[in-house]
Amino acid sequence: MSHASATQDARPRRGGPGDALYRLVADLGQAVLGWIMALGDLTLFTGRTFSWMFSRLPLRETLVPSFYQIGVLSLPVVALTGTFIGMVLAVQSYAQFRLLNLETRLGAVINMSLVRELGPVLAATMLAGRVGSAMAAELGTMRVTEQIDALASMGTNPIHYLVVPRFLACIFLIPTLTIMADFMGVVGGAFYSIGILGIDSHHYWLHSQEFVGGYDLFTGVFKSIFFGAAIALISCYRGFHCDPGAEGVGRAATQAFVYSFVSILALDLFLGILLDSIYLLIWPRLPRLV
Amino acid sequence: MSASNSAAESKPEPVLRVQGLGLRFGSQQVLRDISFSVYPGQTLAIIGESGCGKTVLLKSLVALVRPQQGEVWFHDRNMLALDDRELTRMRLRFGFVFQNAALFDSLNVEQNIAFPLRRQGQKSEAEIRRIVRRRLHEVGLPESVLAKKPAQLSGGMRKRVGLARALAVSPEVVLYDEPTTGLDPIMSDVINELILRTQLRESVTSVIVTHDMRTVRKTADQVLMLYPLSRLQPGEPQVLFEGTPEQLQQARDERVQQFVRGEAGKRLQEMDETMI
Repeated sequence: MSHASATQDARPRRGGPGDALYRLVADLGQAVLGWIMALGDLTLFTGRTFSWMFSRLPLRETLVPSFYQIGVLSLPVVALTGTFIGMVLAVQSYAQFRLLNLETRLGAVINMSLVRELGPVLAATMLAGRVGSAMAAELGTMRVTEQIDALASMGTNPIHYLVVPRFLACIFLIPTLTIMADFMGVVGGAFYSIGILGIDSHHYWLHSQEFVGGYDLFTGVFKSIFFGAAIALISCYRGFHCDPGAEGVGRAATQAFVYSFVSILALDLFLGILLDSIYLLIWPRLPRLV
Repeated sequence: MSASNSAAESKPEPVLRVQGLGLRFGSQQVLRDISFSVYPGQTLAIIGESGCGKTVLLKSLVALVRPQQGEVWFHDRNMLALDDRELTRMRLRFGFVFQNAALFDSLNVEQNIAFPLRRQGQKSEAEIRRIVRRRLHEVGLPESVLAKKPAQLSGGMRKRVGLARALAVSPEVVLYDEPTTGLDPIMSDVINELILRTQLRESVTSVIVTHDMRTVRKTADQVLMLYPLSRLQPGEPQVLFEGTPEQLQQARDERVQQFVRGEAGKRLQEMDETMI
């Protein structure tokens, strides 16, 4: 009681000079607290997912549809995006490289950008948009209609039954999707550069070979595994903690994509720095050329 | 009634014992100091107006919702102190009939009813198929619905499939969350009859959350009435009534009588005052 009245006393008079500042600080504090709690919750959710993943094998009946939905059905859209990005890179870079008479180096730039950055990031973005928001909406609807409670009440752990198969499908299939995006981007870039812009194919491929190495391909594929994990965990978490009603499900689907996308970009930066540091640690005399 | 009489004579150990349960969502307290016991074969009806915490209390019994205070003892195990794996195993001894049936959209009726049996992993496929058909027959549905998806069924049929699914594993305790809500009077009576037949046939212990007095009169041995905390005076207990359906009719508390008779009473006056 005394605590409540003390809090009341500390608050500036409504409409007074300090009131706006007080409310701003209170709102900011509440938002920060909300974020910290959500992050803690997500960490616990991740921990429980890993615990169930390693303690009991997922069911075949849940694993196969997840792999099909996340991997097979995402393939066309990822391939198409990769092809267009390869061609767009050729269109955008050609004018500058031609001014310097370096158009045969276009292959190196396009392929390096694709393999290290654009392939994994685009494959992950497409996965977040196509699969992440769908997972959040599906699990959110299950939460709202008490199907997740029904699963739990029938001796089935919802995380083991619903999250683990989706998580495994994301982390195992995103490298494949990344390689597909890389491949189609390389093909698209080469098609536009050689077939339409008329760049000499021998030099185009020669320079590509000089600059793009196995470590670059590894970097992209390695990063994609983390992107897949982030998409699966964030989307499933949003679905599991969906607010009631149609609006709640819609918001969960949108937030799943937005938070996954931001995480992909943040992870891309930090993993990029980490992998470059590892490269310099292993090959100190061979600084990165591009 | 006979079950509660025999319970009083031989004083068996309760199947479920709730002690000092308290639960809040954020700053909103929903349940405060709730205690009761349910004995073998008994049917307890938890009644009360919308928003008083009946469903939350029912879900707390199998730890689908985690109260901050109190204990829920199922035989000699505290459900709220079990880890994930123990809880998963323990919940197989309960059947839960959800308010809107909560059937899995992606599965057909047969797969829905067979789901807990397959998860239990103790029966052959032939045996599971036989049990599914038997349970479907018990709730009065034809075999032609087995291949249908839940979206193709009416509300009453969905509830009956939900009941068949809850009974599939022959649970010790069946929890019903508003089993007749949203149904026409005839279908409500069908569901009440099915609950009654299940109790007689399987001798299960049941907890029914409802605000339908016909369900209470027809199925319950014992009644517990909750009241919304926001409408109580400080220090007043949340459980307004605990006793048999017969005692409920003679309860002196005006709020209990209003609920039993389905009268708005002072509530309309309060609403008018709020509008002014």
